[in-house]
Amino acid sequence: MGRYVARRLLLTIPVLIGASFLIFAMVYALPGDPIRALAGDRPLPAAVQAALRAEYNLDDPLLVQYGKYVLGLVQGDFGTDFSGRPVLQTISERLPVTATLTGVAIVFEIIIGIAAGVLAGLRRGSFFDNLVLVTTTLLVSIPVLVLGFVSQYVFGVRLGVVPVAGISEGLYSYLLPGLILAAISLAYVARLTRTSLADSLRADYVRTARAKGLDRRTVVVRHTLRNSLIPVVTFIGADIGSLLGGAIITESVFNIPGLGRAVFESVQRQEGAVVVGVITLLVFFFIFFNLVVDVLYAVLDPRIRYE
Amino acid sequence: MTSPVHGSAGSHAAGTRTDDATATSSPRTGAPVLEVEDLRVEFRSRGPVVNAVNGVSYAIAPGETMAILGESGCGKSVSAQAIMGILDVPPAHITGAIRFEGRDMLQMGAEDQRKIRGPGVSMIFQDALSALNPVYSVGDQIGEMFRAHRGTSKKEAKDRAVELMDRVRIPAARQRVDDYPHQFSGGMRQRVMIAMALALDPKVLIADEPTTALDVTVQAQVMDLLKDLQRDTGMGLILITHDLGVVNEVADRVAVMYAGKVVETGTIDDVFTRPAHPYTRGLMSSIPVLDGKGQRLNPIVGAPPSLARIPPGCSFHPRCPMARRGDGGRPDCTSDVPPLREVAAGRRAACHYSEELLHG
Repeated sequence: MGRYVARRLLLTIPVLIGASFLIFAMVYALPGDPIRALAGDRPLPAAVQAALRAEYNLDDPLLVQYGKYVLGLVQGDFGTDFSGRPVLQTISERLPVTATLTGVAIVFEIIIGIAAGVLAGLRRGSFFDNLVLVTTTLLVSIPVLVLGFVSQYVFGVRLGVVPVAGISEGLYSYLLPGLILAAISLAYVARLTRTSLADSLRADYVRTARAKGLDRRTVVVRHTLRNSLIPVVTFIGADIGSLLGGAIITESVFNIPGLGRAVFESVQRQEGAVVVGVITLLVFFFIFFNLVVDVLYAVLDPRIRYE
Repeated sequence: MTSPVHGSAGSHAAGTRTDDATATSSPRTGAPVLEVEDLRVEFRSRGPVVNAVNGVSYAIAPGETMAILGESGCGKSVSAQAIMGILDVPPAHITGAIRFEGRDMLQMGAEDQRKIRGPGVSMIFQDALSALNPVYSVGDQIGEMFRAHRGTSKKEAKDRAVELMDRVRIPAARQRVDDYPHQFSGGMRQRVMIAMALALDPKVLIADEPTTALDVTVQAQVMDLLKDLQRDTGMGLILITHDLGVVNEVADRVAVMYAGKVVETGTIDDVFTRPAHPYTRGLMSSIPVLDGKGQRLNPIVGAPPSLARIPPGCSFHPRCPMARRGDGGRPDCTSDVPPLREVAAGRRAACHYSEELLHG
């Protein structure tokens, strides 16, 4: 297992290099001139523009630019944005915000998703089961933007139970954005739990558990739930990566100063250093959580062994 | 039920309730520990009603081995699962009586019924790999019997599990107690199942095709083990199988099932050498003979009926070489249901024309 984890961690290095280069190239390929856009209607003096270009290596060919960027990275320098702020500072300020948002979303995903799935799976065909089926179908078919704006209007503006936007009210202000960010994943988790539980309930070993004279609670919790939650846990782990991606939209809708919004704004300003730095970090998290899932999978299911 | 006139060769202790079940008494007489009377199981869900078990009666005495023989889909497993109380009700609908030590399990509350599973009646299944939970160690699953029924501590339950694994002859039990089911061979897994089922010294063990999924050599070992364990514990053994060889080796009595009914019961010798039902005779003559090289096999024509559409009259009549329309006041196989009746001492069969088979 240790060797397996080490090998997987080593493999992340080429993936990170490849990912960062791709993102770098895409920012490079964006149309328009970031320096001119920076200046707006009143053009900067040619000398200033040239100085900025030189500072950010904007006149170099793609490979040279990327090479200089990587050279800086190796020395711990993530570069600066056009206003001279170090990218590392942006990341360290905004990462906790996104981490909180994602964390809240995962908690919703686990609690609501699994609870709804378990109750529906145990009482298939019941009113609650149908309610879960209809609700989850709605959740996955409504675009997050619509869901976000509508809930913002209903709960924030009309009912006033949560802040409309921003993070001025601490953890409380993350509730609605967290729920919206979790919405689609939550629906998938509920459905997956329901199906998986129903499958497990039909399994031979559950029949054995009943034949052993175990009480219903033990049969369901010990011999059904644990087995049926294995695919759910792996889904949630892999889903953390997509939540980080989804945060880009949610943070913009709810005006939350996290990494997602940093990416969104930097793409508009064509600030390569910020975009590449943040996205590469997200890619790393994605790989990392996938590794965690694989390890967790082996812990949960003794049949899985990595050699 | 049926009149007590049927009274049988050896029944004495259970005389208070002489009925179909006790009538076919065992060679090892004694009060039956488990009696099944007119057991019927229907499945009612969408679609036609499936009559999986249609009036099965038998009794099993301590130390006795009864084989329930039949093709796939004849209701033999369903009847066993009904006895264990592990069918989902609904869609299953169970009627009749299942008396364990004189108390009808179908009349008990769910909690009382549950407490019989394990220490009273226990069951092992065909495919031990899928019947064992893949995420718990075998020691955990065996020990669970003690923890759940007797509140034994984790540590002691594990020690007991090791003892049981020794008893079912799993080598290096102490080292293997923390291994998982997938780390065992098929035969060893079935031994784990057996250890688990025998943990609380059940009075009756139901073995549902215990050797079907195993290699032939391993089959013999597992059957030997079951026989030895039965001799040591004096439990009644209900052996569900379609393997005539297994039945011949270990069973005292046999009940042959067809389309959800018992069509013939009797001692192994009687049933195997002189079948009293055309279906049993068909089964026996379909066994390949060792010196019959080059001869064609002798299968029963046709296929067993769907349990959703059981033929009227004798359910075997469409495949029966002896089936006849009633004429001259004789029973009509296509419309008159043959009762399971005593056709010779200690033998019962459900055929209008058993006597012809036996004597003609």
